[in-house]
Amino acid sequence: MNTKAITRSLFAASTGAALTLTSPAFAEGISAGTLIENTATATYEDGSGPQTITSNTVVVRVDELLDVTVTSLDPGPIASTPGEAVLTFEVTNQGNGPEAFELIANPTVADNDFEAAIENIAVDTNGNGVYDEGVDEILTAPQSTAVLAADEAVTVFVIVTVPNDVTDGQLSQVELTANAQTGNGPAGTVFAGQGEGGGDAIAGTTTASATALGGLRAGVTILELEKAVALADPFGGDSAVPGSVATFTLTANIVGTGSLTNVTITDAIPEGTTYAPGTLTLDTNALTDASGDDAGEASDADGISVSLGDAAGGTTHTITFDVTID
Amino acid sequence: MKTLAKTAAIALVAALPLAPVAAQAAAPAASQAEPKVTLQSDVMAIVTQTDEAGNQTTKLTEAKEFTPGTKLSFGMNYSNSGGETATNVTGTNPLNAAVRLAPDADPSLVVSVDGGETYGTLDTLSVATETGGTRAATHADVTHVRWTIASIAPGESGRIAFPVIIR
Repeated sequence: MNTKAITRSLFAASTGAALTLTSPAFAEGISAGTLIENTATATYEDGSGPQTITSNTVVVRVDELLDVTVTSLDPGPIASTPGEAVLTFEVTNQGNGPEAFELIANPTVADNDFEAAIENIAVDTNGNGVYDEGVDEILTAPQSTAVLAADEAVTVFVIVTVPNDVTDGQLSQVELTANAQTGNGPAGTVFAGQGEGGGDAIAGTTTASATALGGLRAGVTILELEKAVALADPFGGDSAVPGSVATFTLTANIVGTGSLTNVTITDAIPEGTTYAPGTLTLDTNALTDASGDDAGEASDADGISVSLGDAAGGTTHTITFDVTID
Repeated sequence: MKTLAKTAAIALVAALPLAPVAAQAAAPAASQAEPKVTLQSDVMAIVTQTDEAGNQTTKLTEAKEFTPGTKLSFGMNYSNSGGETATNVTGTNPLNAAVRLAPDADPSLVVSVDGGETYGTLDTLSVATETGGTRAATHADVTHVRWTIASIAPGESGRIAFPVIIR
């Protein structure tokens, strides 16, 4: 007998059938709704020659696995002054079928130094990874992502308000939860008939729910200004008599973890004294009295003015100038 | 699709101990003296249980869940309802692309990794790599499973099965 020819033609037929069944393979497996068919063939011999038989075909449909992850995309706590702050998260459909996810932002997390107010949840509509007000869609209740394909991720922004009474360096965390819209529960929870393509939906190892924390660090930066005076009289002492020189020292301490912009220190020349021209200094460097050529200017009528520009927290600047007592 | 699996399982229970009713009805009138082999395929779930002593036992149950990673047993129930012995029985089961042969499959199982062109035990097979070389075949490469039975006597029946995992 020649079973070889028969079996080979069978293989060719079955190979062709198998090719039409290929489904895209995802990280978490074959797509929900895919039909898996199984059929066997057999050849055997009887008295009259080779016989070929085919089994019934068993068909099963791949169920939908519900899995999700949420990740904070912030490199660390967001430095924030009182007012609006934006936390960035990524929500990924780790299941094997299309699914939307409900989003819940919770500002009450254990050990928070302060509590931010949740204003909005938005999705990164233009996909640039940065919240663009007026461009990125703000979700309305019930807040939910669009339907995400298997393995698809979406960037989500949580927009919060940091309260006014925070102090510098205080930390707060905001929790974002994503729940599969079909449902969630312990791994193995079955949502009968609710899977893609009519099969079951089944909660996977992530329980079809995931959370991530985003952090805020209050950056309240203030300017502390100290003023001191040293007297030198014409006789080598330190009494305040006409002709005595008073040296004023202004010490500006920038305190906090953030920075201040456009800092300008001004001081008037006291009544009964006269500015000593050419005595203005910043951090021991002499400044001219004229305006526009450097950071400072000084005159008897207008007093002194020194621009520090943008000053980072933790830095100190010292300004001195002399007056003579009339 | 559970209903299909269930139907197959029920048919199997009925068919195993007795001569298959359906097969008898379908048999040509004049061929009772010839072998009459029938195949009934099924899909069962493989459930592994660990008892208090830590011993693991596996049993087959009705398959209910079909999620990626689920382990299934693809079974083939054969029986000879004819009057003569069938010889050189060779069964071929192409594997659906959505499943892979499980790593705990019998190492002596004869398989193909090239769409049914060549067959052998897995340890003798290799597959081409993208860079033009070859590597040892793995369970995930298997495209066909083949089984052979020297003879099936009249009235004899049995089950052949192999484990697969949904990709």
